[in-house]
Amino acid sequence: MRTTTPPGGVSATPPSGVRRIRLPQKLRNTELWLLIVACMINAAAIVLVQLGAMGGIDTQLVLLGVGLSVLAFGMHIAMRFVARDADPFLLPIATVLNGLGIAMIYRIDIANAESGWESASVRQIVWSAIAIIAGIVTIVLLRNHRVLFRYTYLSGLIAIVLLLLPLVPGLGHREGGAQVWISIGIATFQPGEIAKIALAVFFAGYLVRNRDSLSMVGRKFLGMQFPRARDLGPLLVVWALSMAVIVFQRDLGTALLYFGLFLVMLYVATSRLSWVVLGLGLFIGGALVASQTLDYVGNRFANWLDPFNPERFDQEFGGSYQVVQGLFGLANGGLIGTGWGQGRPDITPVPQSDYIIASLGEELGLAGVFAILALYVLFVARGFRIGFAGQDDFGKLLGVGLAFVIALQVFIVVGGVTRVIPLTGLTTPFLAAGGSSLVAHWIIVALLLRLSDTVRNHPRLVIDG
Amino acid sequence: MNRELKRVTIVALLMFLALFVSSTIIQFVQAESLAADPRNSRTLYESYSVERGPILVGGDPIAFSQPTDDLYKFQRVYSNGPLYAPVTGYIPVNGEATGLEQSLNSYLSGQSSSQFFDSLNRLISGQDPMGASVEVAIDPVLQQASWDALGDYTGAVIVTEPATGRILAMVTKPTYDPNALAVHDSAAVQATYEGLLADPTDPLFNRATGGDMNPPGSVFKLVVTAAALESGRYTPESTFPNPSSLTLPGTDSVVRNSGGGTCGGGSEVTLATALRLSCNIPFAELGMELGDTAIRQQAEKFGFNSEFEIPTATEVSTYPRGLDEPQTALTAFGQGDVRATPMQMAMVSAAIANGGIVMNPNLVDSITAPDFTPLQEFEPAEFGRAISEQTANTMVEMMVNGVENGAASNARIDGVSVAGKTGTAENGEDDPYTLWFTGFAPADNPQYAITVLVENGGGLGQEGFGNLIAAPVAKEVLEAVLNQ
Repeated sequence: MRTTTPPGGVSATPPSGVRRIRLPQKLRNTELWLLIVACMINAAAIVLVQLGAMGGIDTQLVLLGVGLSVLAFGMHIAMRFVARDADPFLLPIATVLNGLGIAMIYRIDIANAESGWESASVRQIVWSAIAIIAGIVTIVLLRNHRVLFRYTYLSGLIAIVLLLLPLVPGLGHREGGAQVWISIGIATFQPGEIAKIALAVFFAGYLVRNRDSLSMVGRKFLGMQFPRARDLGPLLVVWALSMAVIVFQRDLGTALLYFGLFLVMLYVATSRLSWVVLGLGLFIGGALVASQTLDYVGNRFANWLDPFNPERFDQEFGGSYQVVQGLFGLANGGLIGTGWGQGRPDITPVPQSDYIIASLGEELGLAGVFAILALYVLFVARGFRIGFAGQDDFGKLLGVGLAFVIALQVFIVVGGVTRVIPLTGLTTPFLAAGGSSLVAHWIIVALLLRLSDTVRNHPRLVIDG
Repeated sequence: MNRELKRVTIVALLMFLALFVSSTIIQFVQAESLAADPRNSRTLYESYSVERGPILVGGDPIAFSQPTDDLYKFQRVYSNGPLYAPVTGYIPVNGEATGLEQSLNSYLSGQSSSQFFDSLNRLISGQDPMGASVEVAIDPVLQQASWDALGDYTGAVIVTEPATGRILAMVTKPTYDPNALAVHDSAAVQATYEGLLADPTDPLFNRATGGDMNPPGSVFKLVVTAAALESGRYTPESTFPNPSSLTLPGTDSVVRNSGGGTCGGGSEVTLATALRLSCNIPFAELGMELGDTAIRQQAEKFGFNSEFEIPTATEVSTYPRGLDEPQTALTAFGQGDVRATPMQMAMVSAAIANGGIVMNPNLVDSITAPDFTPLQEFEPAEFGRAISEQTANTMVEMMVNGVENGAASNARIDGVSVAGKTGTAENGEDDPYTLWFTGFAPADNPQYAITVLVENGGGLGQEGFGNLIAAPVAKEVLEAVLNQ
């Protein structure tokens, strides 16, 4: 299968004349229309926020929003040249989610009377610009995803280094209890977000290389074939890594994210359910031990199970105040929401990052939450589609991994807010305030676009050939 | 690989399904119970975002909500804030409301049960929600006159309508501007509030209905006189020994009359004269003869030891139980452990003016929905009969005498018969006196019952007395409405 990619690393483009006649950029035109709709929704959201919360229009921020739209269109134009057959839905979905996030962050800024370059919304716009440019650069420079396969182990190393950076004295920076930031001059950065991509690349490359030994040998037990002890190594290493994140970085959500990503990619690569059973067992065991021994994990579990307990609600540190306020906010939104700028999302702590889904749920209602979740479902589905239609195992695995990591991250953070699971601090992809998260997710968009472009133009190569 | 992919796809879909279900449960199924949680501050803030109904005096708003473009949508404005502060109170963006803003909050914010269908109707017809308007009983002329007459004194003026208990004026000084506590800046509100709280002159007190409770002094002699006449054992002509000093039994305490000598000369003095000249020794003797139980029972018939909501809660005026003889003697001229608000003393005067029947004091006339349907009319309500009509008539005569040729002479108004009683209450040994006047006018057809309280000796320490300071204030207020 791997050999279906032509040698040379760069995807072979058929004579352009032929392609133009057969497929006159139909996908890109679809994307263009969707992108126009996305930008219109974003502009409307900003304007409605201003009307709802201030009763007037501030043209400065609208102009900044327009600048962002220009960048999104820039990415679209770049793809007309370097990724003509890429999926037409990914870019508009990412754009509209990013825009809705900015509108909500801006709305919280108004509530907190913050404006100018110090405000979260302006920073988010700047970060969005950087993130989209990073996406454009990725898709322009990376003309064939198989290049990444060569850097499997380098990616693994980068991931480890990025994960360890926040623990380096003087560089690390603690916020909200979690030691996951690094501070460089004026900006703080969460290297763990970028590590996510490096890990996905590493897992994909490693598993493609070693899938045979991981899947073929082993003993049958309880109807499942369990791996040999010596093949448990990678699983144990990733498990240890996740536990280290829980203990040293105090970040339950990130640990769950990394470990879930690894398990799913491992399962897809080896078809062995036993890996999943083993892995889940290890993780749940580890989490239970952590909940008994680490205060912050224990608090999270207690807040999840019994948030309305007055004792938990009034507890000054690690209490359930935030969880309960988030629920109050969502309830305040009801079915159709209070409308932009009409609710009180600012009552909930960190309404623009961890709790942005509660803020959006308050002002856009259940209808808005459903729409946002549906956008994520569509985004993830387009990613899985690459997995189904992909031509090479590395690309398939990477596509599935990147799509699943988005799904899992949405599940962990939204599930935490809505009490499906204990609350853990993670950013909501594209929506939440946070530069590193934006950059990481726009690079994921670029990678998925690159993968989908490869998927699309392969069958035609066969026909052409 | 595709088989596994399918399974992973199903897992991802299940994860999203869980999120769809959980958000539906919170935002639809549990929405109402979450909104009803007392810790849900959003429900509280909702009450700020509806157009709160106005508080009206004679049809003019003294508190109303003005649209703003900030998060609260409406700014509460108190026109003539300091003048009406004891009536309206204030509603801050953080913390608790006071005054009518607090006691009638559910009406003003449109959330009372009687407004349910009105709110529903407004919702369906696309109108913005709006609270009910509250018309208070205050007479703007009397209110302003009371404010002006009280001048720079620390104290209060309250005017009621004897037949109904309607409060026509309620002024307290020093006071505050409720507008400063209604700004949409929590930190500023907090700073202002703490400043007012720390102010030694206690501007947040409503001295008409509470504050640091004062001994009523000689105005309480009205209650003791009523108790005596009601007992059937005394008439205005009943006599008492008239020494120039009285040592209370079993103590070293010596009671003197305010002038220092005997009460109007002679070896004996009548009850009528004792009240007219406001002598302490005859009342101390009378009090000991009546006993504390009789005095307390009479006081309670006037409203002492009872809670009144006007509908804002007020402080309870107290006459304690289980007093010994010397203590009873002290309370008989309003010293000792008896405490009264101006509102309570106004109820005493008003009851005498009203043929003996005590009306519940009440600040509010009516509450009207935004569509002008009346939600609640406040009918006059009796607290009960304190004294017989005959006793009342007798006491009217005695009080008129007190103003015409007695200790309350400075309340005289040409052409109008005024009934009144002054009081000069001692606090600590060297503390300034508390000065009182309570009465009503016109005496033959009482329209206004008025009580004036001046704390801190009116600035004169122990030199001030009721007739010098408090009676002229009452005179000035009554003149504003009677000499037109």
